[in-house]
Amino acid sequence: MLLYIVKRTALGVVIVLLAVALLFCMIHLIPGDPARIILGPRATPELIAAMSVRLGLDLPFPVQIARFFANLLRGDLGMDVITNRPVVEIVLGQLPYTLWLIFLSIVFAGLIGIPLGCYSALHRNTLFDRISGFVSVSFITTPSFVVALYALLIFAVALKWFPAVGAGDKGDLLDQAVHLVLPVFSIGLAWVGYLARLVRASMLEVMQESHIRTARAFGLSERRVIYHYALKLAILPTVSVIGVGMGFLLSSALLTEIVFARPGIGKLIYDSVITRNYPVVMGSVLVSTILFVFSTTMSDLINAWLDPRTRKTL
Amino acid sequence: MTEPLLTIRNLSVDYRIDTGRLQALRQINIDVPKGSIVGVVGESGCGKSTLISSIIRLLPHNASVSNGTIEFEGANLLDLSENEMRTMRGTRISIVFQDPMTSLNPVLSIEQQMTHIQYRDQRSTSDKLNKSLAMLESVGIADPRKRITQYPHEYSGGMLQRISIAMALQAQPSLLIADEPTTALDATLEVQIIHLLKDIQAEFGCSILFISHHLGVIAELCDYVVVMYAGEVVEQGTVRDVFHNPAHPYTQKLLECDPAGIQTKTRILPVIPGEIPDLVNLSGGCIFSSRCHCVLPDCETHIPQRREVTSGHSANCHLLSA
Repeated sequence: MLLYIVKRTALGVVIVLLAVALLFCMIHLIPGDPARIILGPRATPELIAAMSVRLGLDLPFPVQIARFFANLLRGDLGMDVITNRPVVEIVLGQLPYTLWLIFLSIVFAGLIGIPLGCYSALHRNTLFDRISGFVSVSFITTPSFVVALYALLIFAVALKWFPAVGAGDKGDLLDQAVHLVLPVFSIGLAWVGYLARLVRASMLEVMQESHIRTARAFGLSERRVIYHYALKLAILPTVSVIGVGMGFLLSSALLTEIVFARPGIGKLIYDSVITRNYPVVMGSVLVSTILFVFSTTMSDLINAWLDPRTRKTL
Repeated sequence: MTEPLLTIRNLSVDYRIDTGRLQALRQINIDVPKGSIVGVVGESGCGKSTLISSIIRLLPHNASVSNGTIEFEGANLLDLSENEMRTMRGTRISIVFQDPMTSLNPVLSIEQQMTHIQYRDQRSTSDKLNKSLAMLESVGIADPRKRITQYPHEYSGGMLQRISIAMALQAQPSLLIADEPTTALDATLEVQIIHLLKDIQAEFGCSILFISHHLGVIAELCDYVVVMYAGEVVEQGTVRDVFHNPAHPYTQKLLECDPAGIQTKTRILPVIPGEIPDLVNLSGGCIFSSRCHCVLPDCETHIPQRREVTSGHSANCHLLSA
């Protein structure tokens, strides 16, 4: 297991480095001079030259990429060209909002979706199973921003149960939590349906396997057979999907963040692209990439912990 | 025959399928005397697995017992509540399944699985571990203390079947059901497992209901044999009687088809012509009449009753009353 952890983590680091190098090259392949774009059409050649030096664009490409990695190792992602604040500070300031949003959405989806899927699988073809299947598919097919808009209209505007916009007062945890309810609901709802369908399908498959019959033939309680012998296997694909899903949510939380006017990584990327604030784009995409790799690595490690057979596959 | 441990009387089991009611078992009568090994032989689809599932009451949802009793240690298993039945499983009746590679949980270690099945015991965890180790040792697993922490995929098929046998025997059941325990193994391992079962039976004194389609194995291991065809018992008796003096045409044909019994070199193996009849729309006559080589007028209209050939050897065939 230890060997697997070391190997899998090393692989994660390699992936991050490759992704960062690729990202850096892609930014450089974008046509146009960043200094000219930042300063606008009426900038003088002197100003553009000064900006190029400031951004390090006058140096040869290998030097630039080496400098970039050296800075990255020191935790320096450059300066925001508009506000002149360090990009690291800006990104890390926004990150917790998105992380909490994603994390709680998945927890919400897991707490409802996984038991729902189990129950449907164990009561296959009953009325409950059919209703749960119909509702799940409806949840999956409704885009999260649509849910967000209606949640906003119903629970914030009409019923006034929850606040409509913002992330709550800094330092007031309760206020922040109340502000999270509707966004978490909007993002998590599709995942409730998704996880329910996924768990149901894998549970049905596992319950057919002959080791389940063996467990029953030894008189083990139905509770142990289902929650210990079957669920431990049925949960494996779900863990992988959640790992990838959390990564995707980093960027797809954008629409929800816009609807609720919440700060966050998605909104930061959106705003900085609109204003062509390349260092910030670069910094936030970089952090998203690292988190994506982190969440898939974690899901692989959890799967290896649950399933000894996968420990030898790397 | 000595005192019976398991007595199955007139057992009939149906499956509800799209085309109607599939009568998988019809009027089955089987006795398993205490301390004996009874072999059940028949081709695929003859109802062997349904028979086992009926005994341990783990039939699929679309199956139901329509008639009969299964007397075991003085109680009708079919009358027990679900909880009472659950206490029987793994303590009084245990099973060794067909394919050891899939019949153990892949994500739990052997130690966990062997400890879980001892959940009824009030002893400490270390006592349970010692019991598991002793059981593994008795089925010939070398260095059990090291190996018990491993997972099924780290064992070979033969080892896993030994472990399955150890697990089945840990509660000292009075009946061990072995569902084709050697079919998934190669010939060398098959012999080893058969010898192990024989030794174990002598040591623990349990009865074994041994399901197989391998005639040689049945002859080697069993005291009694039950021949099944298309959901019915066609012949039963001691291995000696049935194998040396088969009374039912199906048993005769089956023995002729056993490759081990062929003496002369041949390119074509003998077969029984025809197919297993449709078990949804039964004809009303003898189930084997469509493939039988000595059909009488009665065979197509009347179901033959069980008749004694000699004491303890019986067959369901009209030839015996003709």
